[in-house]
Amino acid sequence: MSAASHRAGVRKAQALQQQRLRLGDSVFRAIVAGSAAIVLLAFVATAFFLVRKSWPALSHYGVLSFVGSSRWTPSTAVATTAHPNPYGVLQFVYGTVLTSVIAMLLAVPVAVGLALYITDVAPPRLRKPLAYVVDLFAAVPSVVYGFWGIFALLPVLHPIADHLTSWLGGIPVVGKVFAGPFFGPSYFAAGIVLAIMVLPIVTAICREVFAVAPVAEKEAALALGATRWEMLRISVLKRSTAGIFGASLLGLGRAFGETIAVTMLIGNSVLAITTSIFGQGATMPSVIANEFTEATEPFHLQSLFVVGTLLLLITLVINVLGKLVVSRISETIA
Amino acid sequence: MATSTDTLGGSSPLAPMLRRRHRRDRGMTWLLSGLMIAIGALLVWILAYVALKGVKAVNWGFLTDTPPGDPAAAGGGFYNGIIGTFEIVGMAVLISVPLGIGCAIYLNQYATGRSAAVLRLVTDVMLGIPTIVTGAFVYALWVIEFGFSGFAGALALALVMVPLIVRATEEMLRLVPRDIREASLALGVTQSRTIMSVLLPTARAGIITGIMLAVARAMGETAPLLLTALGNDLFVETNPGHRMSTLSLQIFGSATGGFVNAQNRAWAGALVLIALVLLLTILARLIARSSAVRR
Amino acid sequence: MILRKTLLAAGALVALLASASVGSARPTTAAASGAAAPVQCSTKLMTLRPHYPDPVKPLAGAASSLSGAGSTLAQPVINMWAKAYSSKGTNVAYQGIGSGGGVSQISAQTVDFGDSDVPMTDAQLAAAKGGPVLHIPLVLGAVAMAYNVKGIKSGLNFDGETIGKMFTGQITKWNDPAIKALNPKANLPDETIAVVHRSDGSGTTGVFTDYLTKTSPSWTSKLGTPGSQGTVVAWPTGIGAKGSDGVTGLIGQTEGSFGYVELQYALAGHLTYGNVKNKKGTFITPCPATSTAAAQKTSFPADMRASLTWKGAALAYPITATTFALVYQNQTDAGKAKAMVNFLTWALTTGQNFPATINYAPMGKILQQRALGQVNKIMLDGKPLVKIPISFEG
Repeated sequence: MSAASHRAGVRKAQALQQQRLRLGDSVFRAIVAGSAAIVLLAFVATAFFLVRKSWPALSHYGVLSFVGSSRWTPSTAVATTAHPNPYGVLQFVYGTVLTSVIAMLLAVPVAVGLALYITDVAPPRLRKPLAYVVDLFAAVPSVVYGFWGIFALLPVLHPIADHLTSWLGGIPVVGKVFAGPFFGPSYFAAGIVLAIMVLPIVTAICREVFAVAPVAEKEAALALGATRWEMLRISVLKRSTAGIFGASLLGLGRAFGETIAVTMLIGNSVLAITTSIFGQGATMPSVIANEFTEATEPFHLQSLFVVGTLLLLITLVINVLGKLVVSRISETIA
Repeated sequence: MATSTDTLGGSSPLAPMLRRRHRRDRGMTWLLSGLMIAIGALLVWILAYVALKGVKAVNWGFLTDTPPGDPAAAGGGFYNGIIGTFEIVGMAVLISVPLGIGCAIYLNQYATGRSAAVLRLVTDVMLGIPTIVTGAFVYALWVIEFGFSGFAGALALALVMVPLIVRATEEMLRLVPRDIREASLALGVTQSRTIMSVLLPTARAGIITGIMLAVARAMGETAPLLLTALGNDLFVETNPGHRMSTLSLQIFGSATGGFVNAQNRAWAGALVLIALVLLLTILARLIARSSAVRR
Repeated sequence: MILRKTLLAAGALVALLASASVGSARPTTAAASGAAAPVQCSTKLMTLRPHYPDPVKPLAGAASSLSGAGSTLAQPVINMWAKAYSSKGTNVAYQGIGSGGGVSQISAQTVDFGDSDVPMTDAQLAAAKGGPVLHIPLVLGAVAMAYNVKGIKSGLNFDGETIGKMFTGQITKWNDPAIKALNPKANLPDETIAVVHRSDGSGTTGVFTDYLTKTSPSWTSKLGTPGSQGTVVAWPTGIGAKGSDGVTGLIGQTEGSFGYVELQYALAGHLTYGNVKNKKGTFITPCPATSTAAAQKTSFPADMRASLTWKGAALAYPITATTFALVYQNQTDAGKAKAMVNFLTWALTTGQNFPATINYAPMGKILQQRALGQVNKIMLDGKPLVKIPISFEG
């Protein structure tokens, strides 16, 4: 075998190996691109299947008739007539919004306080462990929150609710909101457990937002004689309002979709809008959890898919908004 | 600084205002510390309540027996749910981990411009999809055709886990220093080899942490399983084509009834579930601390 | 081994429940108004264990698992059967998701059999994906009116119109004159009534509203026709809970509550419950004996779809239910079909000894024979699977 042919052979082998490597490279690329495509497809399919499954009901009753009524009475559904639509969903939207608003009113101030404490006030050595402690709230499963809520929280809420009713029940408009009696399962109870459940996510985002407040500015404030609280107010809180808003939106998105704990605590009344926070109601997720596997009436299951589609739509909008706000903040500051 | 303002304030006409400002500062510090303590106490209340209720009912039989046929009867356990939880979550891991890591690699290494932006937005948005909606999707996609099954439950949980894994992995890949990657490529190593033998190992700890947190999340899920795995209250079922129970489903089923014995089993189940989830969460943190690349 | 354990547990439970029902129901019945006959529930447990002979040998080649879902009213009994039956090689996985769920899941063919306390409607039968559906009665149960009122024990008297008014929100306090009139001796408190109902599609609801529709003009005029009756109705008031166990839990935790739930749930959940006036004007205590009385003189049509509420027998409890297994007549999977026939035959014969131990009523001989006749109709690819000899005399 001559040297020349040997060299040629080596070159050929190298070329072959190169080819194989390049082939391996493109196969690898195809695999990871494929998995990305599957993820993308899963998302598209979720939206597609929900809309497709809800379409028969939507076209039978008309889109607007669902949000035009607050009575959900599957037993009166008749397959042949479209009017009136027995599947009004307004009370579910109301229940979802009301419980989430109660949750955010309680959770956001607490989360902001906790985030401030953890980022700027606590002894530096404790900051990380304290952040973990708040994160641990997220590790408790929803079903356990519901269970704990029924047995530990409701008895504690009972006297509080009774006091609220007796203090505020007489005032004209406010009185309606706090009208008794408090039986236990209610918007109020569900809202409080939701507040605990969204606390870790809102706190975590607030921490991130506060952490990007420029150090130079904080030090400047202190150098000018500001107290620590004044410094926090001026150089951290003031410039973080948009970030706190974004964090609240992301927390709200979470609260809107929460299912099991709320189902266990809201009282599952599907019929009307109750003005009192001590009344019973239902949320969009809770009605799906309750009725999905047992929908028997005409267009019942399809109407539950309508509720699911609406829930998906609302949470998507809120989450995208929240994401935009939060990411813009961190971009402009950083 | 504090001392200097104090000495200044002693003679200045502004002294009352300064004192007020400092009182306020101290007040806020106390308030925030108090808030932190209260929230810590709340966490202790929740965990201790579940632990105390659960400890009374948890025993060897709870881990090795199935529930009695009559929910009001004492004894029995959630063995079937424990098996179900591990099997369903295990299947979900097998589906979601390759998919999530693959997607993250594509996002981090190949996707450019618009496609990257779209993919990132989609995974972010998927994080926000209520899990009950995911359950409804899997019902429409799978259950209507093939019936309720453990596999359908795993599909739903995988969909819950994928965006979490994509996000954690991508974040970790982004943290790998460019130099390492470029050095590898400059040595003539192909891109796929670079990713597999340089990038992923460097980011490994962080990725494992992300996966473990996703597993912890999936273990606690109930809502999507209600529409997919449905439950199998009495029997141990290991065939993924059949209906299966999980700890979360059994807790949900036993918790709200008026049967003290069933509730006791549910408390024991809640304790076991929380212990599993906390264990995973804490382990994940420990692994993250030992990571080569860190946030 | 497992079977023996179950039976032991069941035995212990029987003793417990027997003492509980004797201890609480009877004295207060007398105290409340004296209208209820003390002999109503005195039938001995032994006579409620019929020992029907098992007529056929189990078919060979049965599948090792069956998937069923539906009524929570029947769940305790079916689960008790399932535990005992698993030693015969088939695990019957039953999930109590509500009768509505039983109907919709069998229609969608996502389970092997459904279970409902109310028969499927013609429209539902027409919509079933797998062809004709058989209704096979399994056991009888009583829907108890349970309450949680301070200082009041079991044995308050109710009638249809009063219950109807409570459930429409027209009676809101426990010391309402209408309730007082039925219970002159009871010391009823000035407490708000917290109505508790099912939030899911429920056969218990179906049976209960069927009874209200027959007896309460207030109820029917408030809800209209056909809305006054069904597995899901438009509750004018109240708190909803998922499943019979959910209702039991909610009543137990809520002061002033009033709701309907199968007797076994009420007893096992230590709830207090009342007597209900029947067609003959007697206040009847719910128990296996008074349920059996309701079924005694009911004539069932060929497809077995009948209601057991508001029957004329002297000791009939007016809110009695029968639960139906819903099975496709034409089976396509040999293993599943055989397992189904084996399990149902066993439940209708040997299995009938179980119900009374947990406060359900076994079916009388006539109904049992009719039910076995339904099992005979199950076919595999168009051919009958078993021929159980049936005697219709009784």
